[in-house]
This record gives sequence, structure tokens and C-alpha cells, in this order.
Amino acid sequence: MDYLDILRLLDSTLRLATPLLLACLAGLFSERAGIFDIGLEGKMLAAAFASAAVAVWASAPVDNPQLGQLSGLGWGWQAAWLGVFAGIVASVFLSIIHGLASITLRGNQLISGVAINFLAAGLTVLISQNIFKRGGQTPPLTGDARFSEITLPFAETLSSVPIIGLMYSEVISGHVIFVYVGLLCVPLTWWVLFRTRFGLRLRAVGENPGAVDTAGISVTRLRYAAVIICGVLCGLAGAYLSMGTAAAGFGRDMTALRGFIALAALIFARWRPWAAMWACLLFGFLQAVSTYYPKVDVFGLFVIPSDFMEALPYILTVVILAGVGGKAIPPRAGGVPYVKER
Amino acid sequence: MSDVAQTSKGRSDATASLPPAIELSGISKSFGPVQANKDISLTVQKGAIHGIVGENGAGKSTLMSILYGFYQADRGEIKINGKPTQIHNSDDAIAAGIGMVHQHFMLVQPFTVLENVVLGAEDGALLRPSLAKARKLLVELAHEYELEVDPDAVVEELAVGLQQRVEILKALYRSADILILDEPTGVLTPAEADHLFRILEGLKAQGKTIILITHKLREIMAITDTVSVMRRGEMTATVKTSETSPTELAELMVGRRVLLQVDKDVATPGESLLQVKDLKVTDEDGVDRLKSISLELKRGEILGVAGVAGNGQSALLEVLGGITEASGGQVILNGQPLDLLGGNDAGDRRKAGIGHVPEDRHHLGLIMKFLAWENTTFGYHGEPEFNASMGLMNQREMLEDARGKMERFDIRPPDPKLKAANFSGGNQQKIVLAREIERNPDVLLIGQPTRGVDIGAIEFIHQQIVALRDQGKAILLVSVELEEILALSDRIIVMFDGKISGERLPGETDESELGLLMAGIDPKAESAA
Amino acid sequence: MKSIPRWADLALIPFLNLFLAFFVAGLVVVFIGEDPFRAMKIMLTGALGSDYGIGYTLFYTTNFIFTGLAVAVAFHGSLFNIGGEGQAALGGVGVAVVALTLDGTHWLITFPLAILSAAIFGALWALVPAYLQAKRGSHIVITTIMFNYIGAKLLGFLMNGPLKKEGSMAPESRRFEDGAQLPFMQDIAGWFGMEMTRTPLNISFFVALICCVLVWLLIWKSKFGYELRAFGFQQPAAIYAGINPVKITVITMVVSGALAGMMALNTVMGEQQKLVLDHVQGAGFVGIAVALMGRSHPVGVLLAAILFGVLYQGGTELAFEIPAISRDMIVTIQALVILFMGALENLVRFPVEGMFARLSRGN
Repeated sequence: MDYLDILRLLDSTLRLATPLLLACLAGLFSERAGIFDIGLEGKMLAAAFASAAVAVWASAPVDNPQLGQLSGLGWGWQAAWLGVFAGIVASVFLSIIHGLASITLRGNQLISGVAINFLAAGLTVLISQNIFKRGGQTPPLTGDARFSEITLPFAETLSSVPIIGLMYSEVISGHVIFVYVGLLCVPLTWWVLFRTRFGLRLRAVGENPGAVDTAGISVTRLRYAAVIICGVLCGLAGAYLSMGTAAAGFGRDMTALRGFIALAALIFARWRPWAAMWACLLFGFLQAVSTYYPKVDVFGLFVIPSDFMEALPYILTVVILAGVGGKAIPPRAGGVPYVKER
Repeated sequence: MSDVAQTSKGRSDATASLPPAIELSGISKSFGPVQANKDISLTVQKGAIHGIVGENGAGKSTLMSILYGFYQADRGEIKINGKPTQIHNSDDAIAAGIGMVHQHFMLVQPFTVLENVVLGAEDGALLRPSLAKARKLLVELAHEYELEVDPDAVVEELAVGLQQRVEILKALYRSADILILDEPTGVLTPAEADHLFRILEGLKAQGKTIILITHKLREIMAITDTVSVMRRGEMTATVKTSETSPTELAELMVGRRVLLQVDKDVATPGESLLQVKDLKVTDEDGVDRLKSISLELKRGEILGVAGVAGNGQSALLEVLGGITEASGGQVILNGQPLDLLGGNDAGDRRKAGIGHVPEDRHHLGLIMKFLAWENTTFGYHGEPEFNASMGLMNQREMLEDARGKMERFDIRPPDPKLKAANFSGGNQQKIVLAREIERNPDVLLIGQPTRGVDIGAIEFIHQQIVALRDQGKAILLVSVELEEILALSDRIIVMFDGKISGERLPGETDESELGLLMAGIDPKAESAA
Repeated sequence: MKSIPRWADLALIPFLNLFLAFFVAGLVVVFIGEDPFRAMKIMLTGALGSDYGIGYTLFYTTNFIFTGLAVAVAFHGSLFNIGGEGQAALGGVGVAVVALTLDGTHWLITFPLAILSAAIFGALWALVPAYLQAKRGSHIVITTIMFNYIGAKLLGFLMNGPLKKEGSMAPESRRFEDGAQLPFMQDIAGWFGMEMTRTPLNISFFVALICCVLVWLLIWKSKFGYELRAFGFQQPAAIYAGINPVKITVITMVVSGALAGMMALNTVMGEQQKLVLDHVQGAGFVGIAVALMGRSHPVGVLLAAILFGVLYQGGTELAFEIPAISRDMIVTIQALVILFMGALENLVRFPVEGMFARLSRGN
């Protein structure tokens, strides 16, 4: 393994960490406000489908036989952005269902999350099959309808500079916009949470909603706000999966439990934004390793089978949940619907 | 318990010409079939300290929650400073100049004092300017009203008394003119309570109106100008404090003369039954709950444990009851040492002869969703008579057993197939007592036996405890009610900060001495030194 | 405290919730551009219109009884076992191990051993998440989901290696010999001189029914069930009563995993007569909907399992008749049932409670 291999691995790490990071920050907003959300997975999936489907439709020629009765919009790059918007809308819609169940109707948040995951798994394929008739997949996104990689300034020139320059051009540069947005969301989340009035109230409502209520602030409104932010971020994560990766389209169950890995990362990160980033990078790295090295030969003694390498990030999730590195204390009011005391 | 005699009374007379600060008329509120407030009218003058007394469940807290916008009244009108005011939520109440110090503090534990004060009263979307402003104001308020507290301290690390100050500061920061305090002294030592009263006097001097909800008559007599009595959701009287007496208030509260004395003979303690040596408990967070406790319990005596809530009494009950592990020390029961380090759970403790009526029956003592008959064997469900073969239970026997207990302890309604949650507080407590007493334990641990229990049941419960003592059993009684401790105990220990701060005999002490011990001050030791 | 009559709690509210779930499912069908009433008719006749349909329906029902009971038992301890999928997958390995070794004997010998082995394998796969939850507080929902995935990979590894049929490309075991093939319902009917159409419905159906009774005894009549329910309602109180939380959590999950694992009897030993990669086919997840719908009571679970059996068999027919309504419609209905009967239960409960409160005040 030479330096370039390592750089490729890191490059891949960044790509693979991005959906986890966006979903993890989504979960962070929700759980910091006291709403547990195991429906991240479903929201990402719904967004992945909605964005790909809408982008396909918007970018298709006006009289497109491929779409059956639907005629396309014939848009250019705008189609991709409309797709992102659609992804966010789909995800926020599911968020609002979760909000309705867990805030307004004081239902069980775990059950609601599970329902949303299944709902997304069923509906996406059902609708996709109904429109595109491709076994649940969307037609591949091509050209402007998908997001292409951005070469950062001077990446070409600097690539000749050893070590640092190469790092810049190989790892930092050359990602789709979602990767940069994801990374920017980390300081942004930190700032919102710890430097704004909204953040103060959000954190308070996850710890003691009674304190927020008696301070004259609506617990309901705050929690809905948090849940909707969660939806927006999950929407971005899903849009990235179908529009910004090599998949270039939606496929059945394409989120592959990333929503749950993001939750594990969130717990590992103790619900803190910067730590969340490192946790997601760690998981991204593991996924990168398992894709680059499907079978690992251990000193010629034996070969670690590919099934094991593929399961590795999932096994690590369990290990992390087992409390390696201390006990994680979630926000105190997490998972409990707010009822005024009697 | 405290000498807050330097109260300046009569201020309310001077300001009587102004419109009253609060005027409630015809307030009614019901929760389902329960009528919590019935047609209540109340007038409080500006700059007065007004007390509201009543038993648990008399409707005091509901009334104040209506005033603070936590609940909506079904009927009635609220006037603040003479103006009819609609209070739909806490925001409206704050806007009307009302602040509230809740019985269970409404604080965000991991936040700093400053963040807690600012929460909901920020000046803009960004936090820093708000925090800076609050910091300045906090210093001023602290200076003005003896409300010193470190603005950067994290609330969960503050003592209870200081947390209460933060609650008061929150209200003042929102420029409240009317301050409601709900049972503010329940968690305070007498010294802290005195300090609180000084703060209230200071606030009154600034023209603030204060409503004090309590069930402690002494406090009412010491600090209020006027007092209202509530009973079963109704306002039974409003009188000037100077023109009433504790006895009269007590009668108004209960509707008949209260029997504060418990009929009991002098104890005849027998052999020593339980010896506790250097018992230590450290909790999960590394906090020392018990710091080397030693005590002895004899047959035929009631040992009362007094103390402000949270000074280790709960930890003592839980470790003796086998719920938590000790971190050191020894407990010997009937000459046999108990395994305190987790080898032994609450079930083993019961087998060894320790019964336990826990402080919190809703969370520990009963499964609220279980039926009465399932609850009357709870903890003893492993006993052979309740079990058939193949791991199945003998439910007929359990039901029979429940019927007997319900009859003997006069538990109403006597229906073993009713959910525990559907019994009144007193009857729930009787279910727990019947279960623990009828197992005939050598030692009975009892925590807060009459909390949230109606007067009628209190007498019955006290009689049962004394009867058990007279059978030669040893009883460890934990209560935050000094009156109860004094009335029931044959010997009293006082706990402070996880240690025993003193031991007294009930005949040789009084509430004020115990109060000092509860604050960690031993008057005898001090005078000796 | 609001209270409503028992019949409203047990029948009216679940019925209205179920109605809502199916109403929304109907809207989805309309959205796809099909007629929901026609769809429903095809489903019902497909599932119940012939003894062929009924056989398949009950075959699916058998799966869902096992997985539904698995989730229900865990629910009583307020544990959410979403790992039924993985536990059933591993249960299949348990069945295969016994069947492949002993299929030279008779099914009367292999069957009891296979039951045991399926239960043990399923239980083992639930043991780790249970232990981590009990001892380390690891969120059992996430760990069981991870174990579903890890289980699938483990099964994949086994099917491509040790358990693979020699000389075959497909990831499956060799077919079990006669000694490890369970009698089908038509065979059993034959013993009594009756005739039935060939379906995969087999003797495991009766095992599932027996499990319903056993679970009922366990939860409501046994000492363990008493402790389990106490623990599920109020953990601190359970500790006060001397109930060991670690023990309860682990045993509950082991029972739950064992029930899920036993599902493999029906698919591996009954239907396929060999171990295939995806023999569970989402039945583990259906168990969640079944348990929620059945209010975690064995009778409720049985009824809900039959309903989902109808949906699955009817859905297969439906996908055949109206290709636009694929099998994913079933996943959607399942999601809607979980949503309306679980998470959004109060959507119906609050108004119903309000109605009864108004009625009682009127009296």
C-alpha cells in the first residue's frame, strides 16, 4: 500500500462518511430536542427516491416515451436541484408524521420510527415500479441531472506538490457539493446549538421541557422545528446517495442501514457535532476499507472472507453501542412525550 | 422550627387603596370527574405576602397553575392590578408580571445558572449579548436581595437551596411583580428556609407581591400577612394572619380537630436486632450518598430518621432493602452479616426478614398497572404458597390472600381486581403496608408512610406501625415530616449530608433542635466546645 | 384519570386504527391508478377462495405467529426486538444442521431435535443484543438491526462455504432426505382419508398454535411472566421486588429469539426442504406489525397473523393479476398498520376518550 493508495482510501472515506454525517447531524437536532428518531433510514430512503425520480422527470425531454404517460420538463442543471428539493420535501413529510406521532399524539417514538422505515421501503419501490417499471429502480441519472465532482481551485497545479499538494488534489478536492455541504454543516450545527437563542431552547427542551414550557416557550413548536431540520438534513443525505454517488439513481433499499449506523455514531459522539464528524469519518473509513479490500489475506495464514469485511462496519456499530469508551448519557427528556404534570 | 419573628406586618393595610395585585373570582377547574377547584375567589393586595394552606390534594397547586397559565380554568375571571387578564400560557403570565417558583424546579440541569436565567427571556437571536446583559443584572439582583449565586455554575452541581435561588432569579429577571412559591421549604434546611424568608421580606419591601403555598402552618404564621385555607378544592376561609392561630388554621384545613398525638405506650426495647457499621454508599456518578453510617436497631422500638430530603435517608433505605449495593461497611441482622456488595438482592433481604415500605409507592412500591391482587404479593411472589408446579403461579391463592389483606386493612374499594392506579393515595399505601406488615418481618423499613395520604388513613397507618412495634418488631422510620418523627419515634437520628449528625430522644428534644441538626449543626457539641 | 369501557379499549379503538391503516393503503392503490375494491376482492378470493389459497394463507400465518409471538414476548418486558429477521435466519441454520445430519432417520426423530436446534440458534442470535442491553445499556433496537445484517452476512458465508451443496453454484444446501421432511397438511389429511390440494402448509402450523398457548401460560400464568410484566411496566419497582433485571432481559430475549428461530421449521424444513439464502423473506419484520396489532396477546397475535397471512397470499395473487401492485404493497400495508396501530394510536384514542368523557358527563 503506497501513499496514493492511502489517499484514495481517505478520499473514499470522505465520500462514504458524507451521508452518515448528514444523517447523524439530522439525528443530533432531533435527539437534542428530545425526540428519538430511528426513522433516519426511512427518511433518507424516501429522499433518495424522490430526488432521483424528480430529477429524472425534470431532465427528461418533453415527449419522453420512457416515462409513459408522464412528459418530462426538459430541464438542464436545474433538474438536479429540483431533485434535491423534492428529496427534502419527501423527507420532511415523513418527519412531520414522526412529529405528529411523537409530539402531538404522544405516541411511541421507536414504533413510529420503525413504521416510517417500512413505509419508505415499501412506498419507494412501489411508486418507482409503477412509474418507471424497472424493478423498483429509477432510470440512471445522466449529464446535468446528477451532481458532478467539483475540482477545487489549484487542485491541478498543486497535485505536483508532494504529500500536501497530492492530499489536496486527491482527498480534499474532487467531491460533489454534498460532501462540502456536509462538512460545513458541522460548524454550522455547533454554532446554532451553542451560540443562538434557538440552540439554547432546543437543548433545553431535550433536557427539561417543563423548564421551557414555564419559561413561556412552546415545547411543541420547538420540537417540530427540530424534527423538520432533521428532515431537511436527511433529505440532503438521501439526495446525495441517489444523485451524488456512483449509483446515479435510486435502487431498492439503497440506504443499507446507514441511518442506523448514523445513530450509533451519534451515540458514540455523545450528541456533539464535532465528535459526530469524527465518528462518521471512522465509519466511512471502515466502509472504504471493506470496499477496497473485500478479502484480506492475513500473512498468508488465512483469508478473511468478504462477508466478514462487509459486516465489519455493522459489527463495529455494535461494539460502539456496547459502550466502548464509557457510558453515553442521552438527553434526559429523550424519547418521552411531554405531558403537563398533574 | 425557625425564628422569623421580625416580620413587618400590616403593610397590606397601607396599600389597600391601590387596586389589588390579584383578584380571582369564581375559578373552577376539573380534571375529568375530579373537581380540583370549585368556584374560588381570592384577592391579594399589592406588596403583601399571602399564604395559601391546605392538605395535599386540596387544590392549591392547581389554582396557582391556573394563575401561571399552566392550566386553563373552566370558569372564572382573573384580574391583575385591577385589569381583567386572559392567561392562556406561561408566556401570558410572565407578560402580566407573574413569576413562579415551582415545587419541582423547572431548571435545565446541565445548563449554567446564566443560561437557565436567560432561557425564554433572550434579547435576540444570538446568545452572547443576552448572556452578557443577564450577567450584569444578576450581579445587581444578587446584591439587592441576598441572592448570590455563581452565574457560571452548572445547575446540577448546585445545592438545592441555591437551585431555588436560580428559580427566584429567573422570575425577577423577567421583572415579575407577583411571585408565587409552591412549597418552597420542603427541600430546605431550617437555616436555608430562614434565608429564603429574608429574601421574601426584601422583595416585599420593594413592593413585590408574594404568594406562598405551603402545608406548614408555622411558616404561614411567621411570614404571611394574610392567609387563605383550601380544602377539597374549595377556599374555606381568608383571614389576617395576625388574627388567627395555628390551631384554627389546622381545623379549617382538615374540617375537624387534628390529632397530632399518636396513642402509644412507652417502648420496651428488647435485644439488638440490626447493627449497621460504617455503611457507605457511592452512586453511579461517584457521589457519596452515605458516608460511614453506624446505627443499631432493637426489638420493639421505632427509630425515626429525620432530615431534609436528599441527605442520605433514601440511600439508607435502599441499601438496607437490597435495592442498591453498598460500597463498604457491614450490616448484621439477627447475628448474621448481610451481603451488601450485590450478591444479594431485595428478594434475599425479604427472606432474611427485612420488609420495606418504600418512600415512593408510585415508582417502587406498586406496579400501577397491576391489579390489586397482583400487588399484594409483589416481592413475595416467589413464596411457595403462591406458586404451583411447572413455574406457574397459584393465582387462586394470591387472590384469596389479597381479599384477606384488603379486609384486614380496610382497603377501599375492596376489589382485588381493580388496578392499583385506581385506588386513592391512602388506599395504595395501605396495600403496600398490608403486604409488608403481614409477612411478619423482623425489621420493617418505612419511608414517608403518610406522604400524599388523607388524614383518615394517616391515623390508621400510624396505629399499624405502633402495633407492629408492640409485637416486638424493629422499625426504621424515615420521614421528612418532623411532627411525624416526633410523634412516632422512640429514638431519633438526624441525617445530614450522608452522615448522622445527631441522635436524640423524642422527649428530650424539639423541632428547633432537630432543625439545627438537619442543617449539620449540633447545638450540644457547639455549646460544649 | 380518563377511563373508557373495556370493549372500546380492546375492540373499538383497534378496529378504527386498522380501518385507518387500510383506508390509507386504499388511497395508495388509487394513487397508483388501480381500483382498491377490485384489489381487495382479488386479495380475498386469492387468499380464502379455495383450499389452495387457504393453505398458503395458513402457511404464511405460521411464519407470522412465530415472529409475532417473538416480538410480543419482548414487548411485555418493554424490549423492542426488531431482530426477528436475523434470529429466524439463524434458526434456519439450526434446522439445517439437524436435518443434514439426521435426515437418514425419521421425521419423528428429526423434528423435535430441529425444533430445539432452531430455538437454540435463534436464541443465541438474540443473546448478544440482550446481554449488551442488560449490562451495557446498548440500544437493543439498533443492535438487533445490526444483528439482522450481520446474520445475513453470516448466512451468506455459510451458504457459500460449509453448508453449500457440492458442485452447485446456487447458495443453498442440498435437499434434505425423507427423514427430515415434515409432513404437509395434505399428507396429514391423507392419514385421515381426506384429500387436500398441495400447499406448503405443514405440521409446523400446529407447533405455532401450541406456542400461542405456551406463551399465554408464560406471560399470564407463570412466575416468570409475572416478573416480566412487572419489569416491563416499572423497572425500578421490579428491582425493589427483588427481580433481577439482567436475568429478565436476557431470558426474555432468549425466549423471543427462540420463537423467531422456530419460524425456520416452517420454511426450511416444511416448505423448501433445504436451506436457502433468503428463507425468512421479511417475516421477522411482519412480526412487529402482528404483535402491535395483536396487542401482544397470543390470541391477538394469532388473529393478526391470519390477517397478514391473507395479505401475503392475497398479495401474491394480486401482484399476478395487477402487476402494478407489487409485493411491496404488503410492506407498505405493514408499515401503515405499525404506524396507525402503534405510533398514531392516539389519533383515534384521544377523540374516543373525549367522546366517552362527554357521554359520562352527560349522564
